[in-house]
Amino acid sequence: MTSPGKNRSSLLIKGGHLIDPAARIDAPMDVLLKDGRVAEVAPPNKIKGADEKFDARGLIVAPGFIDLHAHLREPGQTHNETIATGTAAAAAGGFTSVCTMPNTVPVVDSVEWIEWLCQPERGAVVNVFAIAAATRSSKGATLTDFRALHTAGAIAVTDDGKPILEDGIMREALVLGGELNFPVVQHAEDTRMTENCSMHAGARSFRLGLRGMTAAAEASIVERDVQLAMQIPNARLHVAHLSTADALKSVRRGKRAKARVTFEVTPHHFTLTDEDMRDYDSNYKMNPPLRSASDLEAILVALADGTVDAIATDHAPHAAHEKEMEFERAAFGITGLETALALSITRLHREKRIPLARIVELFTAGPARCFDLRGRGSLVRGSVADVTVFDPKKKWTFDAAKSRSKSKNTPFDGWQLTGKVVATIVGGKIVYSA
Amino acid sequence: MNPARGSLLGIEHLEAAEILRLLKFARRMNPDKPRPLLKGKRVLLLFYEASTRTRSSFEIAAKSMGAHTVLIQSAGSSIEKGESLLDTGYTVRAVGADIIVIRHPNAGAPYVMAQHLDVPVINAGDGLHEHPSQALLDAYTILRNKKTFKGLQIAIVGDIFHSRVARSACHLLSKFGVKIILCGPPELVPDIATTIAPGVRVTRHIEDALRGTDVVMLLRVQKERLSGMKIDLPEYVARYQMTPARLKMAKKDAIVMHPGPIIRGLELTSEVADGTQARILEEVRNGVPTRMAILARAMGKMR
Repeated sequence: MTSPGKNRSSLLIKGGHLIDPAARIDAPMDVLLKDGRVAEVAPPNKIKGADEKFDARGLIVAPGFIDLHAHLREPGQTHNETIATGTAAAAAGGFTSVCTMPNTVPVVDSVEWIEWLCQPERGAVVNVFAIAAATRSSKGATLTDFRALHTAGAIAVTDDGKPILEDGIMREALVLGGELNFPVVQHAEDTRMTENCSMHAGARSFRLGLRGMTAAAEASIVERDVQLAMQIPNARLHVAHLSTADALKSVRRGKRAKARVTFEVTPHHFTLTDEDMRDYDSNYKMNPPLRSASDLEAILVALADGTVDAIATDHAPHAAHEKEMEFERAAFGITGLETALALSITRLHREKRIPLARIVELFTAGPARCFDLRGRGSLVRGSVADVTVFDPKKKWTFDAAKSRSKSKNTPFDGWQLTGKVVATIVGGKIVYSA
Repeated sequence: MNPARGSLLGIEHLEAAEILRLLKFARRMNPDKPRPLLKGKRVLLLFYEASTRTRSSFEIAAKSMGAHTVLIQSAGSSIEKGESLLDTGYTVRAVGADIIVIRHPNAGAPYVMAQHLDVPVINAGDGLHEHPSQALLDAYTILRNKKTFKGLQIAIVGDIFHSRVARSACHLLSKFGVKIILCGPPELVPDIATTIAPGVRVTRHIEDALRGTDVVMLLRVQKERLSGMKIDLPEYVARYQMTPARLKMAKKDAIVMHPGPIIRGLELTSEVADGTQARILEEVRNGVPTRMAILARAMGKMR
């Protein structure tokens, strides 16, 4: 992990409404940050004497948001994003910690690359946690050195962008991961069923003449993985960007059986469906693809009822020349760091009446639990001084051209949204303020 | 998206009245009596995929109206060197293209062009998506043989899934209330196909498709697009090949159509291909006046 350093002086966040689901707090509270830690949390006006004050009147104060799934594109694809630009976008989106995916060039499958990612020269403005490749070069054949990667600071392993297809390799990964208490993150897609596919298989893909990825291509892998997680003692499975109702059923079954199965969903999968793409706009192309309305409904239910563990962005920046082309040839992925909170508040809170506290949990305590990020995801005394301050009522229009990400590939350009980040504090230091 | 006026990207979003205008204008077009409607215009034919009929008939249509044509094919052009679709588009526009006709193996490729260029783009077939000029020439052919769309029933037999011809035909004929029956095995004719337009039905039985049918449209099994799909060809021939005996199940005056290329002995027998009910070569002939109308419309000369 790399972090931009901590603030020695003290900062008092005053007059705000604290939502800290892990500590069961949803009340007006002042928060004092000192030496990079939370020094005190107390009802309004009880804390005296701080070097600096932050006026949070009318705002929500929350533990710093954690994104379990972002592509920061380093090493090797700096035309799309760098750790510096990606974490700047993260800070603007309220994320104080970002977990970066290893499907880079080359693949982050060694201790050397983990260490390289964590060097201060990368210019990270928020905490970056490295996820390492699960197999060498993510080729799905030979496991990487989990133990060494774990010791070097990797927080999970995955071949994201690709699945671990072979049953035997997935079993090995879960066994070894279980011994180390290391989550294995699966991009669930049976690629034998999705060759040349560019969107969800349904009426729309048939009409557009695009080959479709079936829901079964995701659900079959999730089902297999959950079965394995139920059989292997201590195995930890994390399903990345779950997008289908059928896969959700498998995960629910695993959770009921007390298997250590967690999963994330993305804002685009609870906001858009396959019917929303127009004129072969490749800003609607991502993997997993936008699914059917009934898949989206199932995800909304799971968000509301507490089943979903985390909202993750799957921030996947691509330069214009990788997107402005034939839909079937365009790169998969959209940016997401700067729109995640606003889409969640707009769609989940304002339209679906999911309480703000639940949404905050999905950005904080939930993801911290998935990858065991100790001292994060809550603001109890002694926690790391990572704080996100936002205005849940602020209306604004997202302008992709002004994004801090190097890439502008988003379907949400020009969207009117509600809920905006006002300040992002990492290690007691304000790294972003609106 | 706002494509340049006169573009033809597909049939789906074309209004019935506009289709009738095009068909009416096509009737007045005759390649043997040239009309210089496109005098001095440059028509760029951008072919990223093999074509015999479509390419030659667009070329003849353009030339018979006085246009210059330039043919660019992926082999032997900068496309081979890795130039992107859009850069090729900008290039041919800079060269002075007034109309771009594009055939491409990827669905939606003409949309990419139309989104960024200020000249009319005509879709000459994009992947599995649409083939609007084929649907128009087929409609032209049907009207010449059947006088009206009213009360007609068409059976489209074969590889619907991989067929842009079928998708465009469904959109067009559905707008005029034609009953459309799609027939073939589930791999080639998925049930979801019924959602493409109103009045479309799927059947697995050739007898069911042919009973009471006025037009039988046969499609080739597109081996080059199967993408790993396994089709049992002998089984396909046994169940769906159009033979004289099967054709008798359709109406007496039914016509047989095929967008070509035909594979004798597979989707149809030679007796059917060369029989009195076949209109396969007439379709090809009708391609020229239909494409003349499409090009005239592109230049705002369809009056």
